[in-house]
Parts: sequence; structure tokens; C-alpha cells
Amino acid sequence: MAREGSIVFVAWRDLRFARGRFVLIAAVVALITLLVGFLAGLAGGLASQNISGVLGLPGDRLVLEQTSTGETSFSDSSITPDTIATWRHADGVDDVMPVGITQGRAGSGSEPVAVALFGLPHTQAASSPVADLAPTQDGEVGLSSGAADELGVAAGDRVTIGGAAYTVSSVGGDLWYSHTPVVAMSPDAWEDVDRDLGGTGEATVLAVSGDPDWDAVADNTGTSADTRLRSLGALETFKSEVGSLGLMIVMLFGVSALVVGAFFTVWTIQRSGDIAVLKALGASTASLVRDALGQALVVLGVGIAVGIGAVAALGTVAGSALPFVLSPLTTVVPAVAMALLGLAGAAVALRTVAHAQPLTALGSNR
Amino acid sequence: MIALDDVTLTFPDGASRVTAVDRVSLTGRPGIVTGITGPSGSGKSSILALAATLIRPDTGKIWIGDVDASDLSPAQATDLRRERIGIVFQQSNLLPSLTSREQLQLMAELGGGGARSRRRAVRSRVDGMLEAVGLSAYADKRPAQLSGGQRQRVAIARALVHEPQVLLIDEPTSALDQESGAAVMDLVARLTHERGTATLLVTHDLVHRDALDELVTVVDGRIV
Repeated sequence: MAREGSIVFVAWRDLRFARGRFVLIAAVVALITLLVGFLAGLAGGLASQNISGVLGLPGDRLVLEQTSTGETSFSDSSITPDTIATWRHADGVDDVMPVGITQGRAGSGSEPVAVALFGLPHTQAASSPVADLAPTQDGEVGLSSGAADELGVAAGDRVTIGGAAYTVSSVGGDLWYSHTPVVAMSPDAWEDVDRDLGGTGEATVLAVSGDPDWDAVADNTGTSADTRLRSLGALETFKSEVGSLGLMIVMLFGVSALVVGAFFTVWTIQRSGDIAVLKALGASTASLVRDALGQALVVLGVGIAVGIGAVAALGTVAGSALPFVLSPLTTVVPAVAMALLGLAGAAVALRTVAHAQPLTALGSNR
Repeated sequence: MIALDDVTLTFPDGASRVTAVDRVSLTGRPGIVTGITGPSGSGKSSILALAATLIRPDTGKIWIGDVDASDLSPAQATDLRRERIGIVFQQSNLLPSLTSREQLQLMAELGGGGARSRRRAVRSRVDGMLEAVGLSAYADKRPAQLSGGQRQRVAIARALVHEPQVLLIDEPTSALDQESGAAVMDLVARLTHERGTATLLVTHDLVHRDALDELVTVVDGRIV
């Protein structure tokens, strides 16, 4: 018997013949991809403005106070000196850095701006984007690039926080906490500001390095000890933002699969007579399935490429005005997901291909 | 050659079965056009479907050359059709997105597109076939741009371009006027004789009887 052939031949010519329909569905795919990519970029940007300060903390794990119900929250956590001491003396702990976090306002002569105040000691032992910002003296602050931009200051300039003036010792990375740019202070300076703002002056979180029995020490001290990523669950604004944006993205993926599936189902049903003829002429079901999926892949590929191209262009333009992250995570990953889900939708149409009876080609009036 | 040997085909009809083809024996010889005629519902199209391996008989044997086609799996039957059988449908059933030339190239693609040199050979064979049916000037036209007779000639060319042993034709003139029908029937006869194809042709009327070399009549599933 002759080897089975490929009839992508027909798929290509169908694309050319019914180009209006295929352009339409490719445009729909492109628009959905644009929406998904833009939302992903926006979600990434918003997330970065929420969590980059937390992710930039030193240590292997972050320790937060745990409520009686087992919940943790950056905004409510308060670590007592006894708890800090217990962690410091626990077996396997190499280093404990108490970090105070609160939100306040900073000024530089113009309108004050909202900032996240991180109080932590300057140390050579622990290097991280936030730790590197920590000033050496109480009268100094280290500014993230966002804080410096919003305050319009550079190293050596003066800023006021809670009525006190500080010298900008350094300007560091792009670090944010709950949509406010990070300002690093010495622990003592931070304690004063926190008390002025109505806080306890106690540390919010411990950045702990080492390899202790994390659960045992945490249970003993009424705290939780999680990796930086897991501790993000204790940021309420991050949870709600990621939850709602993530849900939108998931729904768009679902819509995409449904739209592509519906299009190819209708298209395949319209072609069911041709499929029966092709089978009668000697086309195998496998080759027809390849043909249908190849056709879907072309449409998806074109639509997704256009959509991602638009995301890249818009992201580049909007990046300066919006919190937007243009990265493989916000372009390649959504594109691959769109392609897979679109193919899954198109696969629904394969039922028609598989079940087309070549016998119906005889006597059919098409 | 194609041979049906004591073939019976039944279909379910409620709790019982109805016999569509009843112990039919029929041979189509190379270079001969064998007409199958009979009243509506007599079973002539069922005989064609059996010969085309689109349906399996309940009993009896179907030979396509030296291959017993009566007990093939659907995949094996597909391979056999692709290699040894050409089919012309009642309404031509051309693919609307393909030009006349592409309708014929499709048959080569079904057997594997192959290397560039093979593609050149296919192109040459396709152009020769279009010339044989008098449609060289319409090679780049799609079905919607052709008349009914031209479409049917493209369908005949498509059925023969892969040089099958057996040509099966279902009511080729039913949608054509008498002049176009006569031209199509003459074409079938000429190509069958030239190419040595064993041709079975189902027709419900005998206006074009002269184009048939042999004729069998089917009534109630039996050859009479």
C-alpha cells in the first residue's frame, strides 16, 4: 500500500479560499491575546508595585506574628523583643534581622508623597535589595528609585518624614510595598516614626537566615515562618489584586477556548460533506485530523503573534505611565496558554472529522 | 478487474433486516464500461458502495485486482481506495476551495506529496489528465466557475489521475442536460478503453446506452 499522505494541501487552500472568515477569527484571537497579555502585564506591574519590597528582604524565611486563628498579616504583625530573642537563640539560626514596615508620608519641599517606611539595620552580613538601602546613621534614609522620582530628590538631598529631616544617603532599586515606594531608615529612626504614626515601634517581620526547625520555633513563638513567596499571602492588597486580575485572565482563556472551539466546530460542520468526500477518495482520519489541527494552529499562530506584538508595542508605550511588566512571563506564557487552549477548543471539532462517513459522499447533493 | 462474488448486503429495519443486495455476482473487466441500471431503490447504489469498499458485505467476496476487499478494516479500505479505486460522484463533489488542477493534485497529496521531482511528475500527469478531458484552459478555475458538465469532467479526471485499476461512477449525467451528459459518457467510454480501467457505472436511464459496453439490470437487489 502507498504511504499515507498529508493533506495540509487542502487546509492551506481553505485558508486562502475563505480568507475573510479566517481573518475574522484570527482577529478575535489577536484581540483576546491582546487583552490577556495586557492584563498579565498589568497584573505583573501591579504585583511588582505591591511585593517587590517584600521580595527584596534578606533571609531564608520571613517570620510574621500569627493571630490566634493562624492568620498572618504584614499590616497587623508586631514582633516583640522576646520573640526576636527566641528566634536568635534557636538552634540552626544564623542571623535574624528585625524589619519594621509601616506606611507614611515623606516630603521634599513640595507636596508630601505616600511611602513605605522600612526600618532595618545596615549590615554587611545580609545583602539584598532592601538591606542594601539601609542607611548607616539615624539621620539618613535610603530611597528606592520610585521614592526618589516621586520626591524629586537625589543622594545628598534632604527629605522630611514625620516632621524630622533626613539626608538621602543612597538611591537604590525599584522597590515597592503596597503601591508605595520603599524608603529605608535605621531601626531607631523607624521606631520613632512608627510611634508618631500610632504604632508600637516593634518590628513587623523578621528576616531569618539558617536552617532551624522552622515549624517548631514558629509554634513556640506564635509566629509563622514562610519563604518570601509564600509570605506574600499576608499582603491583603496583593491577594485581592492578584485574585481579581487572575480570575479575569482565566476567564479570558476560557472565552478564547470557547470562541476558537465554536468557530472550528461550525467550520468543520460546514465542511463535513467535503470531509466525507476526502475520506471516500482515500484520506485517512489521522491525516484529516492533522489537517484540521494544522489549520487551527495557523489561525492561532497568526492571531497570537499579532496580539503579542500589540501587547509589546502597547506595553512599551504604556510602561512609563502604568505599572506594566513586559517579560516572557507576561508574553510568552500567555501566548503558549492561548495556543494550547485554542487547540483544545479546535479539538472539539475533531469529533465531526472522526465521525464523518465516506458513504455519505455517494448520492450526496452538494 | 473488479469482481463481486455472491455478495449479500442487508440493513437493519426496525427489529428485522431488509436485503439491499441479494447474492449478486458481477465482474468488471479492464477496458470495459459495465453499466448497472434499475429502478430507484433496486440496490444499484448499494452495489457501487460495496465495490467502493465504503461498506462491507454481510456475505460474499469482493475482489479489487488480487485483493480481497470484503473483510478489510476501515483504514485498510481507505488505503485500497487511495491506491486502486477512482470514484466519480453523482454531483461531482469537487472541493470548493481547490482549482481544477488542485483537485487532481490532491490525489497525489493523499498518497504523500513526496519529493520535488515527484511533484514535477505529478504536475505533468495532472496537466496531461486535464488535457485528456479537454479542460486545460480551465486548470485554474474553481468549481463555482465551471459548468455542470465541466465539473463532472474534472471529477472524472480526478478519479483517474492516480491511475486506478477500477473506476466507479454514480449517476454521472443525472444533473446534466442531454448534450453535456452524452459528452461525459463518451469521455468515460474513451478513457476506460484507453486506460484499461475496469469501470462500473450506475445509471437510472439508458439515454446514453451506446457508451456502455455491458449492461446489467438490478431489481430488488438482484441482477436479472
